[in-house]
Amino acid sequence: MSKYVIVGASAAGIGAVEAIREVDPVGTITVISEEPCPRYSRPMISDLVSGKANFEKMKWRDDHFWDKNEVQALTGRTAVSLNLADKYIALDKGDCVNFEKLLIATGGRPFVPKIEGADKEGVFTFTTLSDAERLAAKIETAKRVVVIGAGLIGVSVTEALVKRGLQVTMVELKDKILSLILDPKSSEMVENVIKKAGVTIVTGQTVQRILGTPEDDNVVGGAVFTSGDQVQCDLVIIAIGVIPRLELVAGTDVKTNKGIIVDRFMRTNVSDVYASGDVAETYDFVFGANRLLPLWPLAQLEGKVAGYNMAGKKAGYPGGTAMSALKYFGIPIISIGVVNPKENDAYEILTKHDPERNLYKKIVLKDNVIVGITLVNDIEKAGILFHLMKNCAKVKKFKQELLSENFGLATLPRSLRKKLYPGE
Amino acid sequence: MKRIVAKEEFCMGCGLCEVYCTVQHSKSKDIVKAYNREHPRPLSRVRLEMNQPVSFAIQCRHCEDAPCVTACLSGAMQKDEATGLVTHDAEKCIGCWTCIMVCPYGAIKMDASGKVVSKCDLCSELDVPACVANCPNGALVYKEVKP
Repeated sequence: MSKYVIVGASAAGIGAVEAIREVDPVGTITVISEEPCPRYSRPMISDLVSGKANFEKMKWRDDHFWDKNEVQALTGRTAVSLNLADKYIALDKGDCVNFEKLLIATGGRPFVPKIEGADKEGVFTFTTLSDAERLAAKIETAKRVVVIGAGLIGVSVTEALVKRGLQVTMVELKDKILSLILDPKSSEMVENVIKKAGVTIVTGQTVQRILGTPEDDNVVGGAVFTSGDQVQCDLVIIAIGVIPRLELVAGTDVKTNKGIIVDRFMRTNVSDVYASGDVAETYDFVFGANRLLPLWPLAQLEGKVAGYNMAGKKAGYPGGTAMSALKYFGIPIISIGVVNPKENDAYEILTKHDPERNLYKKIVLKDNVIVGITLVNDIEKAGILFHLMKNCAKVKKFKQELLSENFGLATLPRSLRKKLYPGE
Repeated sequence: MKRIVAKEEFCMGCGLCEVYCTVQHSKSKDIVKAYNREHPRPLSRVRLEMNQPVSFAIQCRHCEDAPCVTACLSGAMQKDEATGLVTHDAEKCIGCWTCIMVCPYGAIKMDASGKVVSKCDLCSELDVPACVANCPNGALVYKEVKP
């Protein structure tokens, strides 16, 4: 019997542990994780491949984390099933853990579309440490790689492979790379930088078939695009995105849509059962509804909120939104909220482009409230803009200043500044 | 715990806070060498905000519930439980810029190398932070505040 049981020990699971311990120093906590050492930073797996980080540097929480927080860590173990009536989780070796409060933070799994030949040796997904380790082990012998998907994961792994001297072709079904988080202009700016680094980008296409080598049909030798064009390659990386891992709640009373449905306290429809992170559909304050937002900082925050509430401290989730900071290929970018507003909607768009300095800024307003931010190369004030956005501040009086280089706290009318920064 | 508090009404906008922050975070700790010979020039971690007639200096507030700590991808940004300081470990930082995205004060910036971030450390090796000690008009004060 454990007072708190947490399934999954990445951003959300660890966030929950920390929050529970803030409130309840003694209640027993059991964490179940499939990974042998889950305390690492998942976004850093590309740094492992590039050689920029070793596992030591990737440790998101130190080696004493479980002990310090008095957590029974069942690592390298799988939660097989969930019994809600008797409140226990059955584990892979036939043993069980009873719980008073349960957090499901099982995260996502890579989405792998049906592609002929996807079972060949040399086809990878890229979301876990073990994916990265297996890929890193292939790098010495591989020369050419096809990366399917030019979203965040695809771009991050491409950068790592380029740093290791591999020739990469990135294939993206949409017309633009990073199309979910960037507008056409900023996407083009990144595309130019990536191409300059020697990457071939193929848009409007995907891989329909993975070929073998002449010697061994079970080993990757090439890829065929939907156009019928064909490239030789030694590795294929599928980086299309992640989908929630719902198998633990399948067939139970826990309500799901695309992910597990939770309220602002991270509670599911079943009492004492919570969910957070990539597995859950959480509140998007721009969208005004719950949806999947598989992002590390949000997962951590959602986990914290779940932990507080599980331990009896009422804490509401303020909501998140699509928000990404990008460092890849030396072009810093921050993108938050609405980046590609539909033209027929009542949006006002402010932009500034300075080609000489490769600067681009775009703010999307609705009813004089910021609902979208894109900043390329000049990102220092992003957090102030985001603070205005989160607080739905009316920016009518100073909107012309939002994109100026001098924009800052002093730009805000005094009354607004005092309201948004009450402690100052 | 002690924190830096800005007194807007006393700020003249002279920018000495930025100068002395730069010097304090330089290798040489010498104003001439820091500005003339260190490449890239070390950055000031305090920012003078100017919108005449308003001016004040802003630096990391070491927030109680710090968004940068929650958002940090690598674990470089931590809340020191004993001192209440938000500490940044440049060795662990991967320069992902997520903290910059979530800092409501815009108080975190890319450092001069462009590879990691940099922010106010309250000059932990000094009794009084350099920006406070060198403010000529008492517009920055270092004092006990309630957590």
